Amino acid sequence: MTNSGISGVSGVELKQEDFVRLPKERNLSDAIVRPSVSYWSDVFRRIRSDKVAVMSLGIICIISLFAIFAPILCPYEYETTDLLHTNLAPCREHWFGTDSLGRDQWARVWIGARTSLLIGLGGAIVPQVIGIFLGGLSGYFGGWVDMLIMRIIDVGVCIPSLVYVTLIMLWLGSGPAAIILAIAITGWMDSARVVRGRMLQFKNREFVLAASTQGAGSLRIIFRHILPNILGQQVVSVSSAIPGAIFLEAYLSFIGLGIKSPMTSWGQLCQVGASFYRLYPYQLFIPGLLISITILAFYLFGNCLRDALDPHLRD
Amino acid sequence: MRQYILKRLVISVITIWLIATCSFFLLHALPGNPFATQKMMSPEMLNKMMSYYGLDRPLMEQYITFMKNLLHGDFGYSLKYVGKSVNGVIAQTFPVSAQLGLQSYLLSFPVGICLGIVAARKRGRAIDYSLVAFSVLGVSVPVFILASLLQYVFAIRLKWLPVAQWKSFAYTILPTLTLAIGSIAGKTRTMRTLMLEVITEDYVKTAKAKGLSGLQIVWNHQIRNAIIPMIPSLGMEIVSILMGSFVVEQIYAVPGIGAYFVSSVQSLDYTMTLGLTVFFGVFVITANFIIDLIYGLIDPRIRVVK
Amino acid sequence: MEEHLLTVRNLRVSFDTYAGEVQAVRGVSFYLDEGETLAIVGESGCGKSVTIQTIMKLLPTPPSRIKEGSICYQGKELTALSDKEMEEYRGKEFSMIFQDSMTSLNPTMRVGKQMIEGILRHQKISRGEAKKRAVELLGKVGLPNPELVYRRYPHTMSGGQRQRVMIAMAMACNPKILFADEPTTALDVTMQAQILDLMNQLKKELGTSILLITHDLGVVAKMADRIAVMYAGKVVEYGDARQIFYNPCHPYTWGLLGAMPNLIQDVKSELYAIPGTPPDLYAPPEGCAFAARCPYAMGACLKLDPEEYVCSDGHVSRCWLMDERAEEVTPPDGVPTLPRKSVPGKPSGNTLPEGGTAHE
Repeated sequence: MTNSGISGVSGVELKQEDFVRLPKERNLSDAIVRPSVSYWSDVFRRIRSDKVAVMSLGIICIISLFAIFAPILCPYEYETTDLLHTNLAPCREHWFGTDSLGRDQWARVWIGARTSLLIGLGGAIVPQVIGIFLGGLSGYFGGWVDMLIMRIIDVGVCIPSLVYVTLIMLWLGSGPAAIILAIAITGWMDSARVVRGRMLQFKNREFVLAASTQGAGSLRIIFRHILPNILGQQVVSVSSAIPGAIFLEAYLSFIGLGIKSPMTSWGQLCQVGASFYRLYPYQLFIPGLLISITILAFYLFGNCLRDALDPHLRD
Repeated sequence: MRQYILKRLVISVITIWLIATCSFFLLHALPGNPFATQKMMSPEMLNKMMSYYGLDRPLMEQYITFMKNLLHGDFGYSLKYVGKSVNGVIAQTFPVSAQLGLQSYLLSFPVGICLGIVAARKRGRAIDYSLVAFSVLGVSVPVFILASLLQYVFAIRLKWLPVAQWKSFAYTILPTLTLAIGSIAGKTRTMRTLMLEVITEDYVKTAKAKGLSGLQIVWNHQIRNAIIPMIPSLGMEIVSILMGSFVVEQIYAVPGIGAYFVSSVQSLDYTMTLGLTVFFGVFVITANFIIDLIYGLIDPRIRVVK
Repeated sequence: MEEHLLTVRNLRVSFDTYAGEVQAVRGVSFYLDEGETLAIVGESGCGKSVTIQTIMKLLPTPPSRIKEGSICYQGKELTALSDKEMEEYRGKEFSMIFQDSMTSLNPTMRVGKQMIEGILRHQKISRGEAKKRAVELLGKVGLPNPELVYRRYPHTMSGGQRQRVMIAMAMACNPKILFADEPTTALDVTMQAQILDLMNQLKKELGTSILLITHDLGVVAKMADRIAVMYAGKVVEYGDARQIFYNPCHPYTWGLLGAMPNLIQDVKSELYAIPGTPPDLYAPPEGCAFAARCPYAMGACLKLDPEEYVCSDGHVSRCWLMDERAEEVTPPDGVPTLPRKSVPGKPSGNTLPEGGTAHE
């Protein structure tokens, strides 16, 4: 029997010298493995190749750019009233029309965007930072610290967020800082729980034990060894908390607990717009549309980010 | 199990006490005089009002009275409408809100779950994509926009349904729908995810290996196991429907508790706001407690573990 | 050619994932006769589970799909059957035991209900009779108080008890073939032996064929009549249990046997371990998949996938070492060997149907 039949098909001819043993040192098992890519560059690659992620990120960027530059470039101030031109429909001078006090809606919408986006980011990041800090403490040190923080959380999560928010808003009055604080006080508990759990999980991993036997202090272990492993998940939860914070601001302003005139936000614009919307629908639906698009974009981007960071969850 | 219930009960009671205490001291720490916003009030009148509400007595004494009243289920009086008690307002408006909430709950639960199952079963097909799109849109549009939009389209433009108020069943349709859409969207998405998770479980493979048909597997194995993790979220659902009902009631002029809450916030009626807040707190905590108990009954694993 | 109970010819299964096509099974052929036990041996990820789950059509399509090949059961082509038609076979002709009995039983359903589901599906009997049958089966697999077990939830039972329930469930309709996917891996050693004995006993009693998947050669030695060794989606060596254990011909099989702790061996001698990891099946290598880890690899191994060489009757190995041009090698210590008498040539008729090589 010869090998000609087979080699003929695949086009490869085997010769006698092919049957010589290869040297032992050849490290072939490495050669066929895919090139090793760092975790984060792999994440970026996945995001770049995801159409939905790119699109939603694009929308977020465009809206942010408008929020930064549109008020600067606009000839009207957001708080200047003009009683001669009230409730104008969108026209050449006033692209989004004017409100019942004659203020330019274009300027107000983008100033409002600043407030809403600021609250969105702040409301997502601040509770996360508090949560990571307290949850980390609780998980790493255990003992009475853990006991205390966990009991606070046990009771804290039972209280509906609406109750907190109402109390805090009554106490601090309106303003972006108050809203962020209100969100932070309700929001930190969930992330603290998650971080505590992850901390407990990593605390006893071999690489952490190895670091501590080499004399690394607690701070070094927490920041150099454990946090980098936890961070990915927390980035995801920040990004998925942004739409919630934007929504909560809009909601609070809408029921009169949030931002108040002359300061403005998308929620406040909607509140004002809602009272006149049968006559001037654009006053409600323009900011409403922007809120919806922004929430949608952040929501989709958050989902894509989660998939990119953890491919196992992907369907 | 009994220990678990007891623990939950103790936490619930502490929480309610905490809410009440915080609200009380907050009310008294609020800057200015509660009647300051009401003009045309002479100093004598003001003193009379203060003593009528017991606001001239020492703080601790007021606190004890407040807690005593609370134990009897008495939430205090409105500052704005003389003689109107918070309890009276609750008794009058809560049934309306409860009807609205219940209707949307009864609509959204089965519909959301069915849509989620359909999406998971038809995964990757057009119907799945459209349901996912619907659920993403549904959770992105804030409820007050949706309320205004539905009102504008169906009541003002098409004139199919009444614009506002609460007189007969036809009046309840739009508010119910508004509340339900958001929660249907959320449930569809959750149920779809849970179903897809369950499909990969080994016991579904076992069931398939037994020769059961697709429908039998979905019915006997997937749905029950997919619904169980949804039960704890029902508590949050109550909160979100409650929050939604505030603006929905305001926009559709429904004489419910939420509309009262919003107007009390807007008119700085502190006692009413706090009284209603405490009431919401108690309501949500009780509801969550009951849902936890139901969860324990439905999932056989919990009975042993906890 | 005689008719086998189950014949698999050149089966190729791929998964379409977002990162590309994973060729999990790359041309597998084997057969199973009535009343015999065939063990498929290999490390995790070599495609053995995919193979049997493809036979039972348990894998969701997409992402998995059969690229080519045929699965023939009692003369009927299973790949052509619809999912609906396949339901008649699953549970009745074929049944399956999985590795992890904890996750393979529905945690929210009582054991009894899960058992009668399958019975009612395939047998036209009343619910009461089905229950009687289920209780009888539970007793037969050695569970004490079968009536009580019938009413229990899976999580209240031990791993061994649950695996007995799984076996009772699998045997409910007297299947012709029992697929066992690492049935004892999750159990401790004493329990393993009991479960294997139970399987052997039921096999003898009912004449069921068993297709066993495992990476544990101890289990194979106890159960198998014939063995197929799989690596990276291909069968690299197959033959009778004796042939494989006493005269293995493929370096991978040597590695597996050498890696098995041996009581007779000198205590001080090190256990042999195969270096490296299996190749990535996103992009399987052109030559022999094992070449990268094989201490005996030659130039030919990198160029071309080896064809089948018949070592002795019914014993086939896919390795260029069997070629007459290759120099003779001796397996490492601890691997039993007989003097090599390779017969390079066409695959013998009764083991491999036509078109069995991977070079088409």
